[in-house]
Amino acid sequence: MPELSCNAFLDITEVVCPVTFVKTKVALEELEIGQVLALRLNGGEPLQNVPRSLKDEGQQVLRLADNGDGTYTLYVKKLEEN
Amino acid sequence: MAQPDYALLKKGGFMRQKQKDYFSLRLAVTGGNLTAAQLSVIAETAKRYGRGAVHMTARQGVEIPFIHLKDIADVKAALAAGGVAPGVCGPRVRTVTACQGSAVCPGGCIETAALARELHERYFGRELPHKFKFGITGCQNNCLKAEENDFGIKGGLLVEWQAERCIHCGLCEKVCRSRALEERGGSIVLEPSACNFCGRCVKACPTDAWKATPGYMVSLGGLFGNQIRAGKPFVPFITDKVRLMRVADKTLDFFTEHGRPGERFRFTAERAGWETLIKKLEEVILCQN
Repeated sequence: MPELSCNAFLDITEVVCPVTFVKTKVALEELEIGQVLALRLNGGEPLQNVPRSLKDEGQQVLRLADNGDGTYTLYVKKLEEN
Repeated sequence: MAQPDYALLKKGGFMRQKQKDYFSLRLAVTGGNLTAAQLSVIAETAKRYGRGAVHMTARQGVEIPFIHLKDIADVKAALAAGGVAPGVCGPRVRTVTACQGSAVCPGGCIETAALARELHERYFGRELPHKFKFGITGCQNNCLKAEENDFGIKGGLLVEWQAERCIHCGLCEKVCRSRALEERGGSIVLEPSACNFCGRCVKACPTDAWKATPGYMVSLGGLFGNQIRAGKPFVPFITDKVRLMRVADKTLDFFTEHGRPGERFRFTAERAGWETLIKKLEEVILCQN
């Protein structure tokens, strides 16, 4: 797969729900429509909930990369202002 | 005054207290849902006829303790005027319990409130050899503890991968706790024997690439009183309510036919044979009409 270029990076592995999603929303707010956020998150609950919440907010999940250390990087394209 | 008919009072939800001539009145609550209007009537009744307090039971019920024998008729009338009915106790179908289900809970796989009402209308108070409990939980998280009930219902999702919507992010595979999913040659392959219908793949998917059909998993013979047994998941995944009701009908008929007075359904099934019961249930599930 080709490398995805991103406009911002956010690590939410040190926080728990619902702060994970709050931080994600704040990071997305600072982006323009069409820009991409790379989001580092833990497996388990964040992985279950954060991508779906982003979808429900109208954003587009592009890809998920397994970092091999129990964390993942989710690439999200901003489609909507919230 | 004639001796009160305690059995009849108990049947009508009036539970005799330690204190002479006082009763704790059990109310009919379905799926743990009460409207604000019903709560007001309950509060008023507790203030006027009880001691201004209620007790929440272990199975989503409400009881008003300290109702005096002489007030029973008035209490019934006051509650009825506000849309509140007495509950039941004794050897019959008891309160149908339920979690909030898919109408409210992000985890819910099935609608639970209407299902609880349907079961309530169909069976509540039906006479049986012993008490019989229905409980509905919306998903595998099992907040409502389906297996504690004589007839437990657990919601699940039957899933099907839709290639054209998939972006191959791999999320579903990662969130599947049963390891039922595997990416193989550009496809997501589902191992049906490993899938527990939890629906985590559906809920995590950012592109709705999993088609989901809600359905019911039934467990039978749970009890959590003097004896403790977990309900057994005998019946296959049921995707329509008509069949679910048929399974419930047959289960209660079996209990009526084979049960001895004072014998919990679990022990009737063990004595009369699980195989006999399961065979009957499978017949109604496989029946095409």
